[in-house]
Amino acid sequence: MSKHLNRREFIRLAGLGTAGLTVANPILDWAKGEILTRDTLPGMYSKRTPTYCEVCFWKCAGWVHHNEDGKIWKITGNEEDPHCNGRFCPRGTGGVGMYYDEDRLKTPLIRTEERGKQVFREASWDEAFTYIAEKMAMIKEKWGPECMALFTHGSGGSYLGHLLKAYGSDNVAAPSYAQCRGPREVGFIGTFGEGVGSPERTDIRDSRCLVLIGSHIGENMHNGQVQEFSELVDKGGTVITVDPRFSTAASKSKYWLPIKPATDMALLLAWIHVLIYEDRYDKTYVEKYAYGFDELKAHVKDFTPEWAYGITTIKPHVIRETAREMANASPAVIIHPGRHVTWYGDDTQRLRAVAILNALLGSWGRRGGFYNPAKPTVPKVKHPPYPEVKRNWREAFPDKFKLAGLALASGLCDATVPNVERDCAIKGWIVNGTNLIHTLPNQKNTLEAIQALEMLVVIDTMPMEITGYADVILPECTYLERYDDLRVSAHREGSIALRVPAAEKQYNTKSAWEMARELGIKLDLKDYFPFKTQAEELDWQLKQMGSSLAEMEKIGVKKFPRPYNDLYPLEGLPDYEFWTNTGKIELYATQFALEGYNPLPSYKAHEEPPYGFYRLIYGRAPMHTFSRTTNNPNLNDLMDENTVWVNPKVAKEWGLKNGQAIWLENQDGVVSSSSIKVRVTERIRFDSVYMVHGFGHTNKKLTRSYNRGASDSELITRVHVDPEMGGTGMRGNFVTFRFEPAEEVEA
Amino acid sequence: MRYAMAIDTKRCVGCSDCVVACQTENNIPIGYCRDWIVESMSGTYPELQLEIRSERCNHCSDAPCVRACPTQASHVGKGGIVLVEETECIGCKACIASCPYDARFVHPEGYVDKCTFCIHRVEKGQNPACVDVCPTHAMIFGDMDDPNSDIAKLVARRKWKTLIPEAGTKPNIYYLL
Repeated sequence: MSKHLNRREFIRLAGLGTAGLTVANPILDWAKGEILTRDTLPGMYSKRTPTYCEVCFWKCAGWVHHNEDGKIWKITGNEEDPHCNGRFCPRGTGGVGMYYDEDRLKTPLIRTEERGKQVFREASWDEAFTYIAEKMAMIKEKWGPECMALFTHGSGGSYLGHLLKAYGSDNVAAPSYAQCRGPREVGFIGTFGEGVGSPERTDIRDSRCLVLIGSHIGENMHNGQVQEFSELVDKGGTVITVDPRFSTAASKSKYWLPIKPATDMALLLAWIHVLIYEDRYDKTYVEKYAYGFDELKAHVKDFTPEWAYGITTIKPHVIRETAREMANASPAVIIHPGRHVTWYGDDTQRLRAVAILNALLGSWGRRGGFYNPAKPTVPKVKHPPYPEVKRNWREAFPDKFKLAGLALASGLCDATVPNVERDCAIKGWIVNGTNLIHTLPNQKNTLEAIQALEMLVVIDTMPMEITGYADVILPECTYLERYDDLRVSAHREGSIALRVPAAEKQYNTKSAWEMARELGIKLDLKDYFPFKTQAEELDWQLKQMGSSLAEMEKIGVKKFPRPYNDLYPLEGLPDYEFWTNTGKIELYATQFALEGYNPLPSYKAHEEPPYGFYRLIYGRAPMHTFSRTTNNPNLNDLMDENTVWVNPKVAKEWGLKNGQAIWLENQDGVVSSSSIKVRVTERIRFDSVYMVHGFGHTNKKLTRSYNRGASDSELITRVHVDPEMGGTGMRGNFVTFRFEPAEEVEA
Repeated sequence: MRYAMAIDTKRCVGCSDCVVACQTENNIPIGYCRDWIVESMSGTYPELQLEIRSERCNHCSDAPCVRACPTQASHVGKGGIVLVEETECIGCKACIASCPYDARFVHPEGYVDKCTFCIHRVEKGQNPACVDVCPTHAMIFGDMDDPNSDIAKLVARRKWKTLIPEAGTKPNIYYLL
C-alpha cells in the first residue's frame, strides 16, 4: 500500500539538513531556512546556479539551489526551458542524490594482480592517463587507430568523441541508436526524408487524437511530452493505447487495445486498409505530397480488420472504430513513433507503417501532428582537421544494415569478437556513462568481446557492472560539479542551456572535458584542445552567438526566435519538397527498394512463447533511468526493486502469490541471478510478463541496489537483428518461473 | 481563509515527483515521506479502471489528531493548516493512531512529522513544493473560502471526492475525478 507504511531505516546524508536544527518555532525555522537561501540576503547562500539535467537524455534546464551551508539543497526547473517549462520530473528533482551518493567512484583505479588475484589499485590521474595513452599508442601502431571504439551516453560523449576522432577513429556509438530509437529514425527518414529527433517533434499540445503503440508515456517520464499528454487528456482529446499491459497511459485512454504482443504490424496494416478502403485518408494532402499511393493501396488490399483479428486478438469493429477516430481528428492526430522501438527485428518496417499512417492522415508538418523543429547553430571550436579514417565498424558487416545512419553500439561490440572473416577486430574500448552489460542484449556475447580487448577504460560516476571488467576506471564528477557542452535544443523554438558547476568536485574526480584534454595532451594531440579551461571555451562559443558565459549564468536558458514562420510548414498545403529521392512523402520507399529492402511494410509472424513460458516485456518507471539511477538514494527511496507482473490466471496455475520471490528462467536456460517479487495483476495479458528495466545489479559496490529485483537484460539472450539498420530486437524472449535459484549460484 | 488542495486524478500519472520534491524542499530524511502515491485499480482484464492519487495530510477542518494530542503540539495554524510544534511533541503517537489517513510518522529525531502545506512557502505567496513541481499540473493549491480562487472555481466545476468522508474529519484535499 502506501509507501510510508514501509519506511526504511534512516540514512543520514552529509549536508542534507536543516531538519535537525532545534529552534523554538518550527514554522520560523522553515521560514529561516528559506530566507537564508533566497536573494533577500546577500552572500553566497543566495546563489542559484544554472544546470541542465543529466539523469536522462531529455536534458531539462533548471536551477540548483543551495542551503545555508552553501551545499546543494534542491534542483528546480527553469521556467524558460521548453523541455520542462519550469517543472522537473522526479528524476531531475532527485538528481541531488547522484551528487550525494556515497557509493560513487572516488579515485582512478587500475587493474592489477596481487597474489594471483586480479584487483583494482588506486592510481593517480597521471598514472591512469599514461597507462591509457601507452595502450592507445600501441593499438594505433599495431592495428591502426580505427581499432579503438567509444561507447557513450551523455554529455561527456562530445568531448571523448572529439578525442577519439582526433586520434583517428570514428567508431563512436551511443546505444540510444541500435538499442533504442534507430528504427524509428530510419523508418521516418525513409518516408518523410527527416527523422523524429529528440525531443520528439510531436505536437501533442495541439493534437486531438494520440495513438500510442507500446509507448508508455507517464511511465517513461519524457518531461515535456508527459506534460503535453496530460494537457491533451484534460482537454478531452482521444487517446488510443495499444499495449499488452494496462499502462498508466492506457488507464487514461478512450481505447485500450490489449494487443497480443509481436502482432502490431498486422494492426497497423489493417488501420491503413481501413483508411484507404473506407476513403477516410487526407486525399488532397496525399495527392499533393505522396509517392506510391497506388502501390500501397494494392499492397494492403487483403489486410482487412477481419484478417488482423485472428492475429492481434483485437476485434474488427474496434479496429475500424479507432481508425475512424484518427480520421475524424485528422490532421491533428499523431500515431506516436515511440522511442524504444527495437522489439522484433522488423522494427524499421513497423515504423515505416507508423510513418505511412501519419502520412495518410496528413499529420506531418501540420498543427496537432508533427511540427518542424528549429535549432540554433553553435559555433564549433576550431582545431586541425581530423585524420582520415581508413575503415570503421561497417567493414565488419559487408552488405548489412545499409540504412543505418549512425554507428551501432551492438555493431562495435560484435566487431570486437574475434572472427576470422573480420580483419578489423576492435582492440580497445572507452565506455562512458553507459552500463553495457545491462544496455546490450546477449551478455555472453558482450563478455566475449570484453575478453578479447587489449584495453577497457570505463568513465562513469558510479560503479556499475561494466566497471568490474575495466582495466582502468576514471571517476567522472557528476553533472552538478562540472561545466558541459551547451545543450542545443531543437524544439518549437530553438534554445540553448548552460550547465555550470553547482559545487566543488567531490572526491578525486574529473569532468569528461578535462579527461579528454589531458589524455589528448598525452597523445600529442594538444592542438585539438586549444582552450585551457572549459569556461573560456564556453565563453568563446557564447560570444560568437551574441551571448556570454556571464549572461548565461544569470538566465540559464536562451531562446532564439524562429527565422521563418515555418512551425507547421504544410499548413495550407503549399508546394514543398521533401528530402527523399522523389522529393515526395514516400509511401513506397524508393531508397529501401534500391538497397534491396522491402519498400512496403509486410506482416511477418513472430515466434510465440512455448507452453509454460511467457513473453518478457520490459519498460520504464517514472523515477528511474535505466540501471543508472537505481542506486541514487532519493530515487531508490521511491522505488528500490522491480516486480514481475503476472496475470491472475497465470498466477493461479503456478500457485504464485503476490510478493512471493521467484526466479525467472528464459528459453535458453538462463536463470536470473537474483530473485524478483511477483505482482499479481489484471493489468497484464496472460501470455506475457512485465518488469521494469534497470534492476538486478550484480555489483556489490552498489550498496542500495545490489541484488534488488531482477535484470531483464540478463534474460535477453535471443536478439532479432533489424536487417535494414542493425537494431537489436529484444522482445523475442520468453521466461518461465522457478522457485529456486540456478544451481551454480550459491544461496 | 481555508487553505485546500485539489488533485486531478485525470492528469496525475503517479510519477512521484511530488514525493521527492517534498523530501528535498523540506529536508525529509531518506526513507520517510510526507506525501505518497496510491494507485487503486478495479475491474478484471480487459475491463479495468485505474485511479492514481498523490496523498498527504488532509488538513482536516475537524482534525482528530489535534483533539488527540495531549500537549497541543498538534494544532491548527493560519488558514486551517494542521501543524505539529516539534518542540512540544512528546512522541506519544496518539495523533498517529487517530489519523484515518495514516499521514503522520515519527521523525528519526523523535517528534511527529507530516505535511505542512509548505507553510514556509505559502507565507511568501508561493505554492507548496509538490504543487509547483508537478509536471502534469495535477495539483492546485489555494483558498477555498475565496470563491474567485482557482481552486474554488475548479472544485465548483468538476466532480470530486474526499478520502474516507465517513470519518467525519472534513478533509481539505479534493480529488478531482
